[in-house]
Formats: sequence, C-alpha cells, structure tokens
Amino acid sequence: MAAILIDHVSKSFGASVALAHLDLTVADGEFVALLGPSGCGKTTLLRIIAGLESKSSGRIVIGDRDVSDLPPAQRGLAMVFQNYAVFPHMTVFENVAFGLRMQKADEAHIRKQVMRASDLLQITPYLDRYPAKLSGGQRQRVAVARALAVEPAVLLMDEPLSNLDALLRLEMRAELKSVLKEAGTTTLYVTHDQTEAMGLADRIAVMNKGVIEQIDTPTVVYSKPASLFVGGFVGSPPMNFIRLQASDGTSNYSGDLKFPITSSTVLGFRGEDVTLVESGQGFEFHINVIEPMGSHLLLTGKINGQRVRVSAAPDTRFEAGMRCGVVVQPHRCVVMDSETGKVLRDAG
Amino acid sequence: MIKLKTPQAGTALYGATITLLCAWVLVPIFLVALGAFGGRPAVYQWPKSLWPASLSFNQLAIFLQIDGVWNAALSSIIAASLTMLFSLALGAPAGYALARFSFRGAFVFRLMILLTRAFPLAILALPLTVLFIRAGLYDTALGVSLVHTALALPFAVMVTASLFAGIPRELEEAAWVFGCTRWQAVRKIVLPLALPGMVASAIFAFVISWNEVFAASVLTVQHRTLTAYLLTVLSESPLHYRFAGGFILIVPSIVFIFAVRRYLFALWGVTNR
Repeated sequence: MAAILIDHVSKSFGASVALAHLDLTVADGEFVALLGPSGCGKTTLLRIIAGLESKSSGRIVIGDRDVSDLPPAQRGLAMVFQNYAVFPHMTVFENVAFGLRMQKADEAHIRKQVMRASDLLQITPYLDRYPAKLSGGQRQRVAVARALAVEPAVLLMDEPLSNLDALLRLEMRAELKSVLKEAGTTTLYVTHDQTEAMGLADRIAVMNKGVIEQIDTPTVVYSKPASLFVGGFVGSPPMNFIRLQASDGTSNYSGDLKFPITSSTVLGFRGEDVTLVESGQGFEFHINVIEPMGSHLLLTGKINGQRVRVSAAPDTRFEAGMRCGVVVQPHRCVVMDSETGKVLRDAG
Repeated sequence: MIKLKTPQAGTALYGATITLLCAWVLVPIFLVALGAFGGRPAVYQWPKSLWPASLSFNQLAIFLQIDGVWNAALSSIIAASLTMLFSLALGAPAGYALARFSFRGAFVFRLMILLTRAFPLAILALPLTVLFIRAGLYDTALGVSLVHTALALPFAVMVTASLFAGIPRELEEAAWVFGCTRWQAVRKIVLPLALPGMVASAIFAFVISWNEVFAASVLTVQHRTLTAYLLTVLSESPLHYRFAGGFILIVPSIVFIFAVRRYLFALWGVTNR
C-alpha cells in the first residue's frame, strides 16, 4: 500500500500539450477516478505513472520512492488495461500467476495468491482454460485478478469496463468496488463514464485539456462544480447555466443572493434543485418538451432564451407551451464567471 | 465485373477455381513423380497414363547411388539450415524494430530492404566469388548460406514485421508492468505468440535456399549443394534420371511444409484475433 504523488508533471507531443504542470495526490488506500472526455490527457497521465510513457518534466513518487526514472517493472504497481491484455498463450492460472512468477515467488505462495485472487473474482472454475475460451467479462476478471494477485502498492485501471455491455458493466462495477475495498489498494481509475466515476471513487479528478479542473468527492463535484466545464460534464442531464441580467433581482431566488451581477455572471443549478412555482414568480420558464422518465418528469425549456432542463415530480401535470416559475435554491447553486469559466463563489 | 446470376454459378466458379489452383500445384508434381517412378517408358509415353505401367524404384535407387549425391544433399541441408537461422536471427529483430518503434527513416529502411532484391545475382556473382575466395568462404556451405540469407532476408523482415505488428502492444506493456524487462517481455510474450508466423517464415527461408541454383553453382566447386550438383551431373543423364533427381528435390520441401503445417494455421486461437 502506498500513496501516489504526482508533482508538476507535464507532457507534450511536439507542439501540442497533453498535460500541463499537473499536481495530484492520491492517499494510501484511496480510490481516485480520473474523469474526462477523450483526449483530455487522463490515459496519458496513467501511462506516465506506470512508466509506459515518458514525461516531459515533473516527478512521480509512489510511497516514499521517486519512481520517475524507473522502468515499469520496478515501480511496484499493477495495471488493468482497457482491452484487458490477457496473455492468449497462457492458461488463466498462469496469467494470474504471471506477476508472482516474475517476482520469483515460491510455488506454494503463488498457488495461494492465485487461489485467493481467483476466488475473489470468481474465476476459479476457469483456471485451466485459455483466454480465447472466455467471454469478455471473464477476461476482464482475469485481468483484475492478475493485478490483485501481486498485492500491488498501487493499482492503475484504464477504462477497464468500457469494453463490456451495459448490464455486465453495472454488475462488474459493484463487484469491483467491493473487491477493491476488501483489498484496500490505492487505486487510480481512468474513465470517461461519469456514473462509473461517481459510483466507484472516493474522490474524482475531473480533467480537461491536460489540467485537473476539480478534485473532490463525487457529491461535491456533482453539486458544487468548480468550473463551467465540470458542471457541464458531470451529471446527466448536465448542470443548467443561465446568464444573469441586471434586472434579475433577489426575488428570483428563495433567499438572498448577494453578489454583483456583471455581464459575465452565470448562475448554475441542477435540474432537481429547483422549486416550480406559479408563473410570475422566480425565473419565467417556457416549457418546450416534457419527457416522463418514470422517477421524475424531465422538462426542457427556456429561461430568458437560454435552454434549461429541470425535473418535476412524476405526478405533476405539465403541457408543452406552458409557462411556470423556477425558483433556485440558494444553497444548491453556483455562480460562475463565464469569461474565466471558474466559480465566482458559492452562492450558499 | 462479372455478375453472378445464381448461387449455383457461384459454387461452380468456386469449385473451378479450387480445381485450377490444385492442378497448378499438383500436375507438375504428378508428372515429375510419373517420370521418376515409371522409368523410361513413362517419360516418353503419350498420352500420359494416370499410373505408370511398371512401377519401379530403380531410377531413384540408381540416382541415390550416384557419387556425391549424399554429400551434396548434406551441403544443401546445412546451407538451408544456416540460411533459416541467419535470416530469422537478423530478420526478426529488424521486423520487431519496424513494428514497434517509430524512428526517422523507417520508411526508407523498409524500401531499402526490398531494394536488395533489385540487384540481379548474375551481376554480383563475380565480385562475390572474388570476395569469398579471399575470405575463405568460397566452396563452403556457409558461404552459400550467406548469399541465400541475403535473398531470404527481405521476406523474413517483412513477414516478421507484420507478425509483430499484429500482436497488441498492450500485451507487452502488461508484461513490463508485471515485472518483465523489454527482452523478457519479448521472450515470454511476443515470441510464443509470433511462433507460428516465425516458423512459416523460417520454412520459407529454407525453401528459398534449398531451391536456389545459380549462386550455389557459382560459389561452389567441390562442395556443391544438391541443386547445383544435379544441374551438372544430370545435364548429360537420360530424362527419367533427371525426373528422379527432380523428385528428390521436391520431396524435402513438401515433407517440411507438411510437418509444420499446423503452425501455419491457428494456434491458441491467435489467428482469430
């Protein structure tokens, strides 16, 4: 078990910057998800930590060892690859035992560790099979078992669930969480799937264009995004952002909001954090589309000509073309500056 | 474009193509075998019968008793084995480099490898002979194998390059992460997976060397390879002895390819990848 310290790591491919002076600390035993759209540098960062990619500058410390210049083999970590990278010419047993064999562990220890890891991931019945005879989900388990068998100080996972179908992904997600909790391994998990990151991680680092925009617990990242990007990327539907006008007084909110409204002030709120009231109070909301989602109604419409999605109780009656008022809860919204894209201050 | 009207027409065309391709390979072998076993009458008989009137191993037996045939065969095997060894030992690392590293001049390197085949051996023969005499390689199986390696190497490089490129990079990276050095990863992961293709490429090198006659004739006098030896010995022999010699030349290639054919097909389901 060990903490990971990423100290001012940069990476550029020619003229294009993939990572810009990135700092990140993952505590011992913590599960951190790197979340971001494709091309944001999250996989590059993971590969730099693993030693599979060179960095342009900066330092990687695992535990109390500076591993920046060590080859992957000597960094004391394990990795689960996006396409699993299970060795096709070895049985499942040999795959899981691979890391231990490389460490020249004795046979009894190898057997014990392989059994433990394969029990944990329920692949014991397939130990004698070759990977070609396994399904995608089973191969994925083998890849995770191979990583856990060496009891690594640090576990790196690169979108390990993205090749599975939706149902299996959901199932594996829950299993992965319990398995990793039990193992207590420091884990860095790359994903572009926000529900995966929300469900699994202790903390989420949201990345965009080579920088970490925000790193915090899933709840905070969701309800108090630090930037327009985070609010727009996390959550489905994404956070609503409306540009405020000087005429929007405090009457639009259910409490006092004391901040100067400039031309670039943007109010961000989640669709489920509003109260719908009679037209005339709050923001005037023109409903265009009503989608019954079962647990709630999803209303899409416009406030001051800006698109907004809010949810309403499933038994309320709305019709397209209706108007109503939207009151934003002051402690459930954020105020951003649209020019910097950053949060001005918490409204609550 | 030929548009097929019915499935039957497609099947017929399919069958005809297969028959044609099989005939392309089998008819010459059959004719050689007919000449080798049927003796004089089978060679000159027209139209050819499917089975010789009198089957005899006489020609083959007499042929094998010709002075020096066994020594020549041995030379051939040594030269071909060395060619196989050299072309893989030199070709596989080059192929690996082409497949895994992007380096300046990779494309030119690829082109240059193919260009080595552009030099006609006939032009190189005299300088090579002089060079080989000076270096003490003249009239040795080693010398012949060096020239044959030059012939087989471009194929070895190209075939192994595409072979290595077909093995996912992540497999190697996984090996590194789990404690392998680059060389260990190649030995434990890449080579076993590339084995079927490597064997195919080795056989190819062997067959190139086994069949090559020009360089072998020019560069040897006493220690001829089988092809070169037969060329000189059989040019004055009756036709059915030549067929016997031809048959003996064909057999090892066929046997070799049959023996390792399973490596050419799926192994561990790798070809499904």
